[in-house]
Amino acid sequence: MSSIKIELRQEDVNKIKEICTSFNNDPQELINVLHKCQEHFGYLPAEVQEVISNELVVPVAKIYGVVTFYSFFTMTPKGKHPVSICMGTACYVRGAEKVLDEFKKELGLQVGQTTNDGKFSLSSLRCVGACGLAPVVMVGDKTYGRVAPDDVRNILKEYEEGK
Amino acid sequence: METLKLTIDNKQVEVPKGTTINKAAKQLGIEIPTLCYMELHDLNIENNPAGCRICVVEVEKRRNLAPSCATRCEEGMVVKTHTTRVLNARRTVMEFILSDHPKDCLICAKSGNCDLQAMAHQLGIREIPGQEIAAMSTYKKDTSPSIIRNQDKCILCRRCEMMCNTVQTVGALSAVNRGFMATVAPAFEQNLEYSTCTYCGQCVAVCPTGALTEVDNTPDVLRALADPTKTVIVQTAPAVRAALGELFGMEPGTLVTGKMVTALRALGFDYVFDTDFAADLTIMEEGTELLDRLTRHLKGDKTARLPILTSCCPGWVNFFEEYFPDLKDVPSTSKSPQQMFGAIAKTYFADKIKVNRKDLVVVSIMPCLAKKYECQREEFSLDGNRDVDFSISTRELAAFIKQANIDLNNLEEGEFDAPLGESTGAGVIFGTTGGVIEAAVRTAYEVHTGKKLPKVDFNELRGLEGVRSATIDFDGLPINIGIAHGLGNARKLLNDVRSGKSKFHAIEVMACPGGCIGGGGQPLHHGNSEIIKARAAAIYAEDKKKPLRKSHENPFIIKLYEEFLGKPNSEKAHHLLHTKYFDKKKKIIVKQ
Repeated sequence: MSSIKIELRQEDVNKIKEICTSFNNDPQELINVLHKCQEHFGYLPAEVQEVISNELVVPVAKIYGVVTFYSFFTMTPKGKHPVSICMGTACYVRGAEKVLDEFKKELGLQVGQTTNDGKFSLSSLRCVGACGLAPVVMVGDKTYGRVAPDDVRNILKEYEEGK
Repeated sequence: METLKLTIDNKQVEVPKGTTINKAAKQLGIEIPTLCYMELHDLNIENNPAGCRICVVEVEKRRNLAPSCATRCEEGMVVKTHTTRVLNARRTVMEFILSDHPKDCLICAKSGNCDLQAMAHQLGIREIPGQEIAAMSTYKKDTSPSIIRNQDKCILCRRCEMMCNTVQTVGALSAVNRGFMATVAPAFEQNLEYSTCTYCGQCVAVCPTGALTEVDNTPDVLRALADPTKTVIVQTAPAVRAALGELFGMEPGTLVTGKMVTALRALGFDYVFDTDFAADLTIMEEGTELLDRLTRHLKGDKTARLPILTSCCPGWVNFFEEYFPDLKDVPSTSKSPQQMFGAIAKTYFADKIKVNRKDLVVVSIMPCLAKKYECQREEFSLDGNRDVDFSISTRELAAFIKQANIDLNNLEEGEFDAPLGESTGAGVIFGTTGGVIEAAVRTAYEVHTGKKLPKVDFNELRGLEGVRSATIDFDGLPINIGIAHGLGNARKLLNDVRSGKSKFHAIEVMACPGGCIGGGGQPLHHGNSEIIKARAAAIYAEDKKKPLRKSHENPFIIKLYEEFLGKPNSEKAHHLLHTKYFDKKKKIIVKQ
């Protein structure tokens, strides 16, 4: 017996409806709808999934199942500056894990988490196609090459207030 | 039909194209063990996610072992079902499953009736290698008014998901997460209470382990029985008597009405009554409502909505409150028999025996888990005192009888107590799909036409097809009747009502496939529809042998109206025997 109330802004509801309509409200297009919604909102909170459920007439449990199955989808908001560490083979063998550990320590986060102030989020990815620069770190759209654990603090400093 | 030939364990077999290895083997009398697999024959539904891998077999010229539940036969295939390689694989698979399963069989509700336990035993597992170092996945325990979820015991067979989504179209459960944290859960892993769950209990009925079980209310009943200040009365639903015997080794379809009454008396209940009495009362109220709406409708009254929908099934009520709240003025406002019984017991009967309603405990024995939730609905209590205090299932009653060392097989046949124990055949058939509407027709016909029915049996309303329809001639007025059992089938009829396409005057809906005889609280039938058919036959047999078979002829019902209620749908009847429904659909609220 559902007793949860879903609160969203009208423009957000409209946006989700618009995305669903662009896929003809076809339940088969669920994954594409989720992609578009995540592109727009940055993540897929429960509220967004509820609205999609209504529009596509797919049980919200099923949608949650899909969201939690594919690692690309996330229910936690990305930070203002999303930090991604490449864990592809080339980066890995050149010490990406140590770099990742340093970011975890500096930010106090695990992979998939966001800082309380919403500034940074941490994720790992697989190969950005710049293996010559391994290990590679991305912050937003900016790429950093040959990153050593000692560089981590300086990279984060670039994004501090006022810079 | 196109067929093909293959060899299984050196024996040739010919099967239709599309047959799985598992079924082809069965044709040869070869049993391949299965765990996650389940077949619901009459519903034509198969659960074969090939998830557990217990049913693997060796197929010649294939590198890997093949899951026989999901692998289709091919021409010339050579299959071996029990080679040493296969036996080793099955053992390893089982060890893996058990390494992530609690070992609390001693106190598990499913112990002795658990498919996993039985398979571990069949495969002779005595040790689980590496379990000292292996981590176990753990989940929070979720207790709702009717169902307990303990996902630590889930083996991901996904049978519950099949029932919830494919059969019932409730969509409360889905496989979520991946890897070690994979499980079956409601959206956002919230508790069932906050999901679209209707408490029909069909997930519990198919769960192979103790992951999904009913809330056990027998301790509450035991406490009430032991309290000398309480008068404890019991009502038994019609479907219980047609299935209880199975849990005492009797053949499916054995009626144990009299023995059950004796057992309940031996357990210490002060009065043993029958929900069938309240079923007769339901017919008086619901039948009158049907005729009233029908007459007004025929006169052109636009406020008289048709079809009228039955409202005895609490899983079904939950379903339309959740999915069709826009139609909540369509179902009959009559309470279910369980609740009508409670309302009459705590007023009329309590006064009669001069007991305060707070000292009168009403227990119901139901084939159903949703009844546990129903009796906890706020609108069914007075100042916090429930009309029906506790509801226990057929399975719980059987366990209770065994605990008390009562040998059901060798009991004398007892009789229900008066006045709330007297019923007609019409009340009995409430237990099977089509029964409520047949009972309603028996009374509505005679009241409407003023004539005696030429025959009481309406075979056109009986059967196990998911959606049925029939037209009954009310002395020149054709009445169109629809019947659905299983919520997926109900949804089809409801969609027609919503779009205005429905041609029916009255529709009966039961949430569980087969009606109450296939309820979520009944002895497990493991998908075997022969058991359901046998229970239905028992219900109709009990109806046939009753001297009175029409609700309005029940002398105690007549007396109840004379002494207490006035006439059907009177103000008092409305106050005590009718209810209203709520919109439970999740609301999307727009922030300003």
